[in-house]
Amino acid sequence: MNIERQQRAPVCEALERFRKKRVVPFDVPGHKRGRGNPELTSMLGQQCVGIDVNSMKPLDNLCNPVSVIAEAEDLMADAFGAAHAFLMVGGTTSAVQAMVLSVCKAGDKIIVPRNVHKSVINALILCGAVPVYVKLKIHPVIGVALGMEVDALKEAIKDNPDAKAVLINNPTYYGICSNLTELTKIAHEHGIKVLCDEAHGTQLYFAEGLPVAGMKAGADMAAISMHKSGGSLTQSSVLLLGENMDRAYVRQIINLIQTTSASYLLLSSLDISRRNLALRGRASFGKVIEMSEYAREEINAIGDYYAYGKELIDGESVYDFDVTKLCIFTKPIGLTGIEVYDLLRDEYDIQMEFGDIGTIMAYISIGDRMQDIERLVGALTDIRRLYKRDKEELSYVDSVIPKVVCSPQESFYAPKVTLPIRETAGRVCGESVMCYPPGIPILTPGEQITEEIIGHILYAREKGCSLQGMADPNADHLQVLEGIKS
Amino acid sequence: MKNNSEIWFSDSQTDSVCLNIRVTNQLYHGISEFQEIDVFQSESFGKFLVLDGEVIFSEADEFIYNEMVAHVPMAVHPNVKKVLIIGGGDGGVAREFTAYPEIERIDVVEPDEQMVDVCKRFFPDTTKGFDDERVQVTFQDGLRFVRSREDEYDIIINDSTDPFGHAEGLFTKEFYGSCYRALKSDGIMVYQHGSPFFDDEESTFRSMHRKVFRTFPISRVYQAHIPTCSSGYWTFGFASKRYHPIQDIDAERWDARGIKTWYYTTQLHKAAFMLPNYVVDILREEEKL
Repeated sequence: MNIERQQRAPVCEALERFRKKRVVPFDVPGHKRGRGNPELTSMLGQQCVGIDVNSMKPLDNLCNPVSVIAEAEDLMADAFGAAHAFLMVGGTTSAVQAMVLSVCKAGDKIIVPRNVHKSVINALILCGAVPVYVKLKIHPVIGVALGMEVDALKEAIKDNPDAKAVLINNPTYYGICSNLTELTKIAHEHGIKVLCDEAHGTQLYFAEGLPVAGMKAGADMAAISMHKSGGSLTQSSVLLLGENMDRAYVRQIINLIQTTSASYLLLSSLDISRRNLALRGRASFGKVIEMSEYAREEINAIGDYYAYGKELIDGESVYDFDVTKLCIFTKPIGLTGIEVYDLLRDEYDIQMEFGDIGTIMAYISIGDRMQDIERLVGALTDIRRLYKRDKEELSYVDSVIPKVVCSPQESFYAPKVTLPIRETAGRVCGESVMCYPPGIPILTPGEQITEEIIGHILYAREKGCSLQGMADPNADHLQVLEGIKS
Repeated sequence: MKNNSEIWFSDSQTDSVCLNIRVTNQLYHGISEFQEIDVFQSESFGKFLVLDGEVIFSEADEFIYNEMVAHVPMAVHPNVKKVLIIGGGDGGVAREFTAYPEIERIDVVEPDEQMVDVCKRFFPDTTKGFDDERVQVTFQDGLRFVRSREDEYDIIINDSTDPFGHAEGLFTKEFYGSCYRALKSDGIMVYQHGSPFFDDEESTFRSMHRKVFRTFPISRVYQAHIPTCSSGYWTFGFASKRYHPIQDIDAERWDARGIKTWYYTTQLHKAAFMLPNYVVDILREEEKL
């Protein structure tokens, strides 16, 4: 990384130059620097609406960057150690879709762990590729899906030598990392491209002592949620390319799915956050690590709660652990993660990143303060004092891998019937059922429904998980493919 | 000769109301790890301490606050051995407690060491409480200190003033819950309850009572008139596991102690719990929720 070059922020500088020129706007957006919409200006501020402008020569164009955006992408690639970087404005969802679409077409196989984000499944619906799920171990205590094991990938490749790509979460939502370097090596030996979903992995590129980052491990592409740990605005993201990717082709794919009116608010936030990370990332993530480790220690000292960390590492299914992820296992106080998540918000005014059946997660980032960590620890202490109850048997939603009967795309477009959920065992699912957060599918289109899966869905609903993806938001009914029964 | 140039310090109480104090001199300005600290000299209030732009106390009126925080629970609780003061960096509250010989230990927990140093330098009358050997000062976050204590204190004072600054953790349900746990089975917590007069502050006032009322079996509010506080009208919370602030006061015992005060009397003690009707209404509304 070239620190001197990293002082620059070409998109922000261009916007600043543009603002000073006081150009008369006879172009879109129609609010014309906020003048036409005073309520919007008062809500967002003049500074903000003033740079909500259209692509034009001095500001470049995200669809085909040649000047300031091209420079910003160049600096981004330099900061992340990638061969090339694309600024993305459709969230990391669009970056993930671009990755999948760049390496798969209809009928191609892609190896994925079951705990992929819904954006991956959606990408398969778009392009018609077929998922090959890699079985993941579930941690016996915390009930969380672990990383992709080397042997599991070898087996998947043996059974599917024609697979085009493998997608790996680095890390998972829960901070768990696979042996990315080895997985990449094996995949490449078989001519398989390696895609990293690094939606929760920006910090891996800048901090010391964290698991290896995708580009460093030799991955071919990585989707980076700059807006999560990187500090940029929501919906802004980055797609990184390794050496052996065709940049022009990937750009074409991105232009298939991304807006032609990219927001300069998002682009400038990426530019400025990249500069911040390049110049100060190591120090700020050092602080994040310190805060997370402190919180982990204090929470484990409360009793019952288990804030897990590096002790999970076993060299295989947990090859490494990202300590910036503060996940707390709540089962020992007899409460589900969802219940603690709700208590923290409703009773203590603390909003967590997610609560699932066994875990809550605090997203610790460069914006956190020690005093807030104290509040979280204090609130957890108080919740244990007031709400602890006898342990309840909790089961886990992410332990089931259904059989794939049709491709996600085929089933998405197939004729369907709606049945009461309890009558769907044996049928092929026609829609997605997601437990959100953390956005891991219980069912995706084309998968066979079983009694066990129905039980999981009903249990998650009873425990207050937000179930998403179905036509019937209450999950009383499911859409299944017409005719097909097992 | 008349000095025509005037310097005024403005303490914003709301967006549209402020208290202006003419200052003769600025004695200190510094930024600690937690806050901006200023000390001014004025004609009407003597020296006064300002944190993040808000007046915390002045030489002229600190006695009101400190006496009302310390003597009210002391006149009620029959057997106080151990006191915890959270955020008492100026030492004023600790000083009041040192007047009681039966107290064995007074813990003061203040995160900001720099603020304590500034107070020692400019307000030696207030900080002289720290010189008593029963007083132990710990430089730590109050929430962190209290959450690991159990069944330990007879009285806990939350001496932090600003629910929006670095001490906002001391105005939360988790803090009140931790204090409940740290208190003995007949313990009392006294805390800043803010000023209910301005709309901006009313919601904070409400939320504090809502939280404490549900944490302690006895939860009453009392008042005092403090000129440098918002609207000149300040309230305190009296949260208790067993003793009632009026029914259980032992006025004779307290009067017999002969402690010299300028504001507090056992008569005023009872009167302080008699609140204006609009405040009573606010409190009742929060209790009914």
